[in-house]
Amino acid sequence: MIKRIFWTITATAAVGVVGFGVYAYKPAMDPVAAQDRPAFGPEVVEQGRILAAAGYCSECHTTADGAPYAGNYAMETGFGTIYASNLTPAMDTGIGAYSVEAFRRAMKEGVDIDGRHLFPAFPYDHFAKMSDEDVDAIYAYIMTEVVPVEQETRENELPFPLNQRFLQAGWKLLFVDFDEYAFDDTQSEDWNRGAYLAEGVAHCGACHTPRNPVGAEIASDQYGGAQIDGWTAPALTADNASAVPWSTADFKSYLTDGVSTYHGISAGPMGPVVHAGIRELPDEDINALSVYLGERTGGNEDDPATSTAIVSTLERGRPDPQYRRDAGERLYATACASCHYNTAQIEAGRPDLGINSATNLDTPENLIHVILDGVSGPEGIEGVVMPGFRDALSTTEITAIAAYLRDARAGQPAWPDLSETVSRMAESAAHAE
Amino acid sequence: MINFEINGKAVSIDAEPDTPLLWAIRDEVGLTGTKFGCGIGMCGACTVHVGGRATRSCITPISAVEGTSVTTIEGLAVEDNHPVQEAWRNLRVPQCGYCQSGQIMQAAALLEDIPAPTDDDIDAVMTGNLCRCMTYPRIREAVRQAATAMTEGGRNNG
Repeated sequence: MIKRIFWTITATAAVGVVGFGVYAYKPAMDPVAAQDRPAFGPEVVEQGRILAAAGYCSECHTTADGAPYAGNYAMETGFGTIYASNLTPAMDTGIGAYSVEAFRRAMKEGVDIDGRHLFPAFPYDHFAKMSDEDVDAIYAYIMTEVVPVEQETRENELPFPLNQRFLQAGWKLLFVDFDEYAFDDTQSEDWNRGAYLAEGVAHCGACHTPRNPVGAEIASDQYGGAQIDGWTAPALTADNASAVPWSTADFKSYLTDGVSTYHGISAGPMGPVVHAGIRELPDEDINALSVYLGERTGGNEDDPATSTAIVSTLERGRPDPQYRRDAGERLYATACASCHYNTAQIEAGRPDLGINSATNLDTPENLIHVILDGVSGPEGIEGVVMPGFRDALSTTEITAIAAYLRDARAGQPAWPDLSETVSRMAESAAHAE
Repeated sequence: MINFEINGKAVSIDAEPDTPLLWAIRDEVGLTGTKFGCGIGMCGACTVHVGGRATRSCITPISAVEGTSVTTIEGLAVEDNHPVQEAWRNLRVPQCGYCQSGQIMQAAALLEDIPAPTDDDIDAVMTGNLCRCMTYPRIREAVRQAATAMTEGGRNNG
């Protein structure tokens, strides 16, 4: 009995291993010589150029100082460093020997010409959604326009067993849906076109969808936001943390010009995505993407200009009008407070003008005399002086200071005819020396 | 003749009584650390101490300081090591530097009256000292640092 169980388990395991082996095995494909590649019309090549930009292929397949598409860009994954392949049509070290079919298999199944499984740092899980026609156009562009550069791709720095490529087949089995994009009848043409672009060539989810511990996008949390290269790729759902929900119009302006009025600019890893990528798409495609993303974030309901968030941030940003309310208060702060300011207690040498007798008298002359002509050494506290402001401040300014002291500091009713009094006193000669 | 003390030395100035103290300090006595800014007592660049109190020297006539004791930036501390000056150096407060002697004289006077100023106190007292380089955050920080140094060191030589 035990023997039978043993054999049953062993046989099942063996079938499993063989089955996995069959699943994992991908044959090598025949290389093609450059002159044997099919010819492509210029409109196909142009379509390929646009799609390669919208997929920002060159961002990850070019080093900072390297030739375009020549590879060796170091992608720091949570598992180790992966060096991007040489995508130029170089025959030995690039993809020059790829047939259309081999290129399609690499793009949509993640398997290279030699039958080796590619690591999912290359987002074939997204490119699988693309039509063969679009993938072929990228092939046409690369083979026609990209300059071949023979440059060996560096060995990846991945620990065992993560570096075992056949195990990638298991990852694919568990996490990848290899079906092309399926049109959703319940949605508009634009929405579907946007979804096709976002899920496919633009592979938005590669950065904006969080990944599970083995690095696969978590389908149930699509566009939930994730960390990428030390930056946050924000959620592209109703959970987006922006004060104002993103609308279709916001996405359009962001994906075209790199700025959304109510959100900000494309910076960090998103900078090249917009400026070297998405904006190459024709307007109707950017519009479609924006329709799709705007639906997901749900920002199309309200006019942001009248939203509470906008109204209140503008309100909060306004300077405190208190600062401008009273010219007398401001002049006091500038001309008087350096001496006439007290904190916890009043210092004899720092006369507090709110309680000062001159401020509380029924007539303003005493206060105005001192403002105009100051206090000399022998007067008041011996050896201490106050400069006069007769030549420094205008009568309007002196009036403002006096009125401020009388009202805001002393809490007394306004002096009648204050400004006339100030003018009269300012015109009379300075007090005798 | 107007007689007063400047940085501990007696001086006699032969000038019109309405000559600004600032001119006497710079042109007659020859101490040029005190600066001319606005000329109307509104910027603080000319601040000196008269009788220990911060005073705008550009609008103070020399007639008013007869018999008083004036201190300029040159006389604030024997080796230029007043805690306010040290804080100024530590924090590299000045940018162009023009307003700074006035700022330092004002700050030293402030700390005499208010040894542990709050930021509001600092703002209230120092607002009359303008700085076109906008070094205000460093000025405030330096006043706080000097306040701490003076409290801890028990110094009181402003």
